[in-house]
Amino acid sequence: MTTGGIRTVPASLAGVASTRPGQAPATLNTPIKIEVEGLNFYYGTKRALDGINIKIRQNLVTAFIGPSGCGKSTFLRTLNRMNDIIPATRVEGKVLIDDKSIYDSGVDVVALRRQVGMVFQKSNPFPKSIFENIAYGLRINGLTRSKAELADRVEESLKQAAIWEEVKDRLNESALALSGGQQQRLCIARALAIRPDILLMDEPASALDPIATQRIEELIYDLKKKYTIVIVTHNMQQAARVSDFTAFFWLGKLIEVDRTDRIFTAPAEKLTEDYVTGRCG
Amino acid sequence: MRKHADLLFQLLSLATLLLALAALGALVYDIVSDGAGRLSWAFLNSYPSRNAENAGVYHALMGSIWVLALTAALALPVGVAAAIYLEEYGTRSRVAKFIELNIANLAAVPSIIYGLLGLGLFVRLMGMGQSVMAGAATLALLALPVVILSTREALRTVPNSIREGSYALGATKWQTIWNQVLPMATPGVLTGLILALSRAIGETAPLITIGALTYIPFAPDSVWSRFTVLPIQIFNWVSRPQADFHTNAAAAILVLLALLLTMNAIAIIVRDRYQRGVRA
Repeated sequence: MTTGGIRTVPASLAGVASTRPGQAPATLNTPIKIEVEGLNFYYGTKRALDGINIKIRQNLVTAFIGPSGCGKSTFLRTLNRMNDIIPATRVEGKVLIDDKSIYDSGVDVVALRRQVGMVFQKSNPFPKSIFENIAYGLRINGLTRSKAELADRVEESLKQAAIWEEVKDRLNESALALSGGQQQRLCIARALAIRPDILLMDEPASALDPIATQRIEELIYDLKKKYTIVIVTHNMQQAARVSDFTAFFWLGKLIEVDRTDRIFTAPAEKLTEDYVTGRCG
Repeated sequence: MRKHADLLFQLLSLATLLLALAALGALVYDIVSDGAGRLSWAFLNSYPSRNAENAGVYHALMGSIWVLALTAALALPVGVAAAIYLEEYGTRSRVAKFIELNIANLAAVPSIIYGLLGLGLFVRLMGMGQSVMAGAATLALLALPVVILSTREALRTVPNSIREGSYALGATKWQTIWNQVLPMATPGVLTGLILALSRAIGETAPLITIGALTYIPFAPDSVWSRFTVLPIQIFNWVSRPQADFHTNAAAAILVLLALLLTMNAIAIIVRDRYQRGVRA
C-alpha cells in the first residue's frame, strides 16, 4: 500500500470514532493533563520503552493500542508509578502531571496514586464484602469523617460505576460472589471512591463477555466528563468506539498519536495503517 | 502387562499405608488398654504423690498449657514479623538467601541444642531461672523456623493483583500488608503454628536441659513460676520401677494426646472460619 491510493480501512472502523451524538469533537485546544518527554523504561537491562513523548488531554479518553508486548501496559503503569513495586526496573525521562514531575525524589507516591486511579486487566476485588471493597480506599486515606459520610461515598461511587442498582441490597455480601463484569465495575467504583483526577484502565474489558464489555464502554463514555481516562486495549473497535485520541505502540516505541478518527482513517505512518487494517501485529 | 504393574503398585502403596496405620493403631491400643482404666477426674485434678494411686497430672497439665500458650504468644508475632520482613521487605540479596538457608537448617537442629541455648541464654544470662518464661522462650526458638517458613509460604500464595489493587488506591506498603495480605495469609500462618506447637508440646529434651526435671508439686501461677510439663512427668513415671507408675504414665500419655488433639481441633476450626471469611 503506498500513499495516495485508496486506503483499505474496514468499514466497521471507518468513521466510527467520535460519532456519538452530543459528543464534542476532540480538539487540540483541550488542556494538557499528562505530558511525557523522552521516557525510557528498563526491566533489568532490557529496554521496554524507548523515547516516549506524548501529551494526554484533560477530560478526554486516550487509548493505547498495539500488539502484545509492545509496551503499552508498561507505559500505562509508569503514569502512577505502579512499576516501582517490580524489582530491578528503571525509568528515565520526564512524566509531568499538572506540570509537576512525578519521578522527582520528593514525590509522595502514595499521594500520586490517590490522584491517578487504576483499573486492572483482571478484576481484583479484595476478598471482603462489597461495601468494604469501596470503603477500603476511603479508610486508609482518611477521607471520611463519619460512618454516614463513608456510606454516602460508597453509594456515590457505586452509582458512578453503574452497579449500585445491582448490589444495593447485598452490600455486606462477598465481592467474590459477583459476576466478572460486576466485579470489574466494582473495581472501577473502588478506584472512583477516592476521587482521582485520572483513571488508568489496563484492558478493563478483555476478560468480559460482549454485554459486560458494552456496559464498561458506556461507563467510560460517562466518566470522561469528570475524569481524564487512559485506556489500554487490544481491541481496535473498542479504541475506535470509546476514545478521542489513540496512540499506537510498536516494539516499545510510540509510533503515532492523533485523533482517533484520523488514526483509523488516515494515519500518517505506514506502520499504523498496516496495524489498524490488520496487516501486521 | 502395564495394567498389572499399575495394580501391583496400588496394592504395594496400600500395604505400606496399612503397615504405618497398624503400627500407630497398636501403639494407641497398647496405651489405651494400659492407661484408660486409670483415667479419672481425680487423676486430672491431683498433684504428684509417692503413692501411684493418689498421684495425678494436674500440675503437669497446667504446666504444659502455660508453656504452650506462652510459646505461641512469643513465636507467633516474632515469626510472622520475620517472615513479613523476608518476604515483603527484604530484597533478593545474597544476605537474604543466606538467612533463608539458615532458617531451613534451624528447623532441623536437634532440640537438645535449643535446650542448651535456653539454659545458657534465658536461664543463666538473662536470669529467668527455671521458669515457665524460660521454658516457653526455649520452645519458641524451636518453633520459630517452622512458623517463619510456613508464614512465608502463606504470604507467597496471596496473589500480586491484590497487592497492586491496594497500592493503586494509595495504600502504603504497611497498610497493604496489614489490611489485605495478612488476612488472606492467616489460614496458612495458623497451620504452621499448629505444626510448630504440636512439635513443642511433646518436647522433653530441651526442657530437661533447662532444668525442668525436678519434683514440682504445684501448678504454675505466673510466668515466673517453676514448672513441669506432661512429657517430663511421663518420663519420670516410666523410670520408676513400680508397675502402677507405668499405668500412670500410660494415662498421662492419653491426657497429652487429648490435649494435642484439642489444640489442633481449635486451630483447625479457627482456620476454617478464616478461610470461609476470605473466600466465600
